[in-house]
Amino acid sequence: MDLIFEGILKAFHLIFTLDPEVLGITLLSLQVSGTATLISLFIGISIGTVVALTEFPGRRLVVSLINTGMGLPPVVVGLFVTIFLWRNGPLGFLGILYTPAAMIIAQAVIATPIVMGITLAAIQALPKKLRLQILALGATRLQMVWILVKEARLPLLAGVMAGFGGVISEVGASIMVGGNIKGYSRVLTTATVMETSRGNFDVAIALGIILLLLAYFINLVLTHIQQRERPR
Amino acid sequence: MTAPAPLLAVRELRVRRGGALVLDISSLTVEEGTILSLIGPNGAGKTTLMQTLACLIKPHGGEFFFKGENVFSSHGLLQYRRMLAMVFQEPLLFDTTVFQNVASGLKIRGMNGSEIEKRVGQNLQRFGIPHLSERSARKLSGGEAQRVALARAMAIQPDLLFLDEPFASLDPPTRESLMEDLEKILRQTTTTTIFATHDRMEALRLSDRIAVMNEGRILQVGPPDEVMNQPRDEFIASFVGVETILTGRVVRKGRGSFVASIEGQEVEAVGEVEIGEPVVFCIRPENVTLAVSPRQETTSARNVFPARITKIVLLGLYYKVHLDCGFPLVAYVTGHSLENLSLQEGQNVSASFKATAIHVIRKTRGPHPPP
Repeated sequence: MDLIFEGILKAFHLIFTLDPEVLGITLLSLQVSGTATLISLFIGISIGTVVALTEFPGRRLVVSLINTGMGLPPVVVGLFVTIFLWRNGPLGFLGILYTPAAMIIAQAVIATPIVMGITLAAIQALPKKLRLQILALGATRLQMVWILVKEARLPLLAGVMAGFGGVISEVGASIMVGGNIKGYSRVLTTATVMETSRGNFDVAIALGIILLLLAYFINLVLTHIQQRERPR
Repeated sequence: MTAPAPLLAVRELRVRRGGALVLDISSLTVEEGTILSLIGPNGAGKTTLMQTLACLIKPHGGEFFFKGENVFSSHGLLQYRRMLAMVFQEPLLFDTTVFQNVASGLKIRGMNGSEIEKRVGQNLQRFGIPHLSERSARKLSGGEAQRVALARAMAIQPDLLFLDEPFASLDPPTRESLMEDLEKILRQTTTTTIFATHDRMEALRLSDRIAVMNEGRILQVGPPDEVMNQPRDEFIASFVGVETILTGRVVRKGRGSFVASIEGQEVEAVGEVEIGEPVVFCIRPENVTLAVSPRQETTSARNVFPARITKIVLLGLYYKVHLDCGFPLVAYVTGHSLENLSLQEGQNVSASFKATAIHVIRKTRGPHPPP
């Protein structure tokens, strides 16, 4: 028990004294996952909206692929991003393997289907007649899409949070394409893995607490969104 | 001089869905400033017709004129759609404030802020909801939400307004007050309106003309009293509230009147028919009089039959009395008369109705001419 107590005490000390290493790791985590989520928003929301609003042959297949993508195993993403960025790989010329940029790419690949799937569901969950109502108010097709996205903004925010939550807590891909290099590509999850294996439980617990707080904040927002009701 | 072109005129308008013809309108016109009701049972094609007229559904054929010009060639479709507004059964409000909801059609048109404020204020006032302006659309009652939806449509100042059963999901008192306000507003603004409902009382109250629809077709169009009193066939008759529909054959004819045999009983009616011809008699329940003892009739043009009361049903303010006179007959009586005559099921009474109160449909007329 002492191990846990001491670990927690030390952890809080590290957090409240703004230990430079813990701080640096946290900031890099937010930066990498934040950027990856932002990229996934552009791709995920636009493609998700298009798939939700159009009828085309093979649509069911596309929808099922997107839904499968929502549960993409990070290690598989890590593996393929590594292969692509490998020196002899198709994108090897970029020379970005084992950099934060590689981690952003991997995390964006993980988050995009999550955002896309939630966007698809959110737009489809709007009353079908709402599209007719918007057109009947004189909207062009583009105006209609924009109004629908605005109407779905809360579930879309849920998509953002889910995407961000998925990548900030992900460890497999980050360690594979980022390499967990101290002060350069070390993030909360990869650092926790390493410190735990070294027996540095205090640091590991501090990092764990920060991750938990982030998870709690994300769920707070999600719960708030879920509890709201739609207008008549 | 020819009469001014109607605001809207369609010919041979057809819509198919999955290969089946779901809408087949040979001709329909709407005059400027009038209210046309579409009545018919669920699935009659009222919604499809309105959505087609609003260019929300693409027709598979037909001509379509708005203000005398062909919509598909001269007007841009968007330009046409921007002259219309539509209100559905569900309010379909946006997740924002009441003000922003009412402003939405104007914002879509890129109107400037001060003009929007003026129009929104005016329409909130009209519908009696200025106090809700800053309220979230999520926190409205059903009646309030539908008022906002109507204000949003009227703020556009549409040349043609479509109302698709806008009162259908409201409770009776809410419906009553909203209908009263809407009627006043439509008359004041002389907004040309097409109004779909399955409630004939709503249609009677609001409209200048009524079109009865079934199975994607318009069966009859005319002023309310004409459609109510002279339905063209049995379907229309039953839909507009004719309770008694009898089929028989002409046995004798005199000058302007004739006698038909119905279930062995002789019933006199007015009209020009041929002997031996099959006819349908439509008798509205409010035109049937009941008496406890048979009275001596002075006019010959009155049909009097001994009848037995088979069932009495309370219908709000009056009672519906089912009778058996050899043929079935339905009468409406007030609670007061029911008490006075002490009517009860199984009792024998005398039922009478004037020959002129019978609307006669001739069965040999063949298919309907276009309405």
